Amino acid sequence: MIIGESGSGKTTLLKCMVGLNEIDGGEVLFNDRNFYDLDFKGKKEIRKEIGMLFQGGALFDSKTVEENVVFPISMFTEMTESEKRDRANFCLQRVNLQNANDLYPAELSGGMKKRVAIARAIAVQPKYLFCDEPNSGLDPKTSIVIDNLIKEITDEYGITTVVITHDMNSVIEIGDNIMFIYKGDNWWQGSKEEILRTENQEVCDFVYATKFMKNLKTKF
Amino acid sequence: MKRAFGKPEKLSLYRARIFEEMYSLGIGSLGIVAIISVFMGAVITIQTAFNFESPLIPPYAVGVAVRDTMILEFSPAIVSLILAGKIGSSIASEIGTMRVTEQIDALEIMGINSAGYLIFPKIIASVLFNPILIIFSMFLGILGGYVFGLMAGVVTDFEYILGITYEFRPFNVIYALIKTGVFAFIIASVPAYHGYYTKGGALEVGRSSTKGVVYASVLILAFDLILTQVLLV
Ligand SMILES: Nc1ncnc2c1ncn2[C@@H]1O[C@H](COP(=O)(O)OP(=O)(O)O)[C@@H](O)[C@H]1O
Ligand SMILES: [Mg+2]
Repeated sequence: MIIGESGSGKTTLLKCMVGLNEIDGGEVLFNDRNFYDLDFKGKKEIRKEIGMLFQGGALFDSKTVEENVVFPISMFTEMTESEKRDRANFCLQRVNLQNANDLYPAELSGGMKKRVAIARAIAVQPKYLFCDEPNSGLDPKTSIVIDNLIKEITDEYGITTVVITHDMNSVIEIGDNIMFIYKGDNWWQGSKEEILRTENQEVCDFVYATKFMKNLKTKF
Repeated sequence: MKRAFGKPEKLSLYRARIFEEMYSLGIGSLGIVAIISVFMGAVITIQTAFNFESPLIPPYAVGVAVRDTMILEFSPAIVSLILAGKIGSSIASEIGTMRVTEQIDALEIMGINSAGYLIFPKIIASVLFNPILIIFSMFLGILGGYVFGLMAGVVTDFEYILGITYEFRPFNVIYALIKTGVFAFIIASVPAYHGYYTKGGALEVGRSSTKGVVYASVLILAFDLILTQVLLV
């Protein structure tokens, strides 16, 4: 889980990880394969193993919900039309979204868009799932539902998931290994238990920014 | 821009996209092209007839003037400029919106060459379909001149028909279609480029769209001059 304040470089880091940005230095390894060293075919091989959930959902406006989920399946597999639809419907059911197949993204609520985006991200059974602020713009209740959905899917399919967030609720709820980004740098790294005890000034400013979290701290 | 012509991942995907674009960019423009052409043909006929009230100019000259104005310049250049506004702004804002809402990143994640997938079919569709629109425009312009010219009583049936067939050079139509092809490429590629490299939000999408249309229009005018020099003189 990657946390940090707005504009600290979280999205940028994630895009470097999935190969959407050119990198100035360093390397990105997927099971010892360096993404930026690979040729076109090798990159495509890795992309097939990556699912990504974008901050705004990034659903294709001109396609229906079902077509959105079918799209990556068509790109990466040679399934027949009905197999693709079955797979898409399976994914949509997994995210608890029924009867929305023929709607367009503009007709969906924020939470539904996120669900479709998750369904699309897991459509080709990725090994890695990258989520950019999966609960930004959602109400607290829907946020938790989406967070838990990501957690469940991660455990169920044995996916390695990287989640970006600035929401401490999510960190407490589904965090595991946590990395704190500050001004574009990897500032602090540790587990969920450690982050509540750390003395690091910038991390504390972030974690205990709300009254609620401050109260929580005094109870420890 | 080079990536727009990169190797496609799946051919069937591209074929479907080209037809989609032909439909939305081409068929969607028929109405406006028709209206403008009919009215311009009518206006040119009446204006020319009004200016040619000299006994030295034969009456069929009006037909010749309308025909040559429509075929040589109005249909290929002016209609292309109007299409640059209509198609260009829709291309730039569509692709720009896809950029700022990360839909282009989503395509890349799925291993798709997004520039090729989005831009190439638009260029092909407009290069193939714009000539059809332009021929349609020439035809309607000349027809509009005929109908309104007769209605206004400025030309006679016989004179007009004689005029539009008088010393007709088929090469002029070919010249117009070559121009149209070049303009069609500009109309699709320049706004697409500006849309693709949009950074920011909704405001910037609007800016890319304006920029795309302005640059495309200026380029069309510049190429109009160059091609006229090269092909006609
Ligand atoms: N490591 C870095 N060094 C320099 N600039 C960076 C770095 N990481 C991000 N930036 C810049 O900071 C800005 C905000 O980054 P972004 O990733 O969108 O932040 P966040 O998603 O955390 O809100 C971007 O314009 C980006 O170019
Ligand atoms: Mg961000």
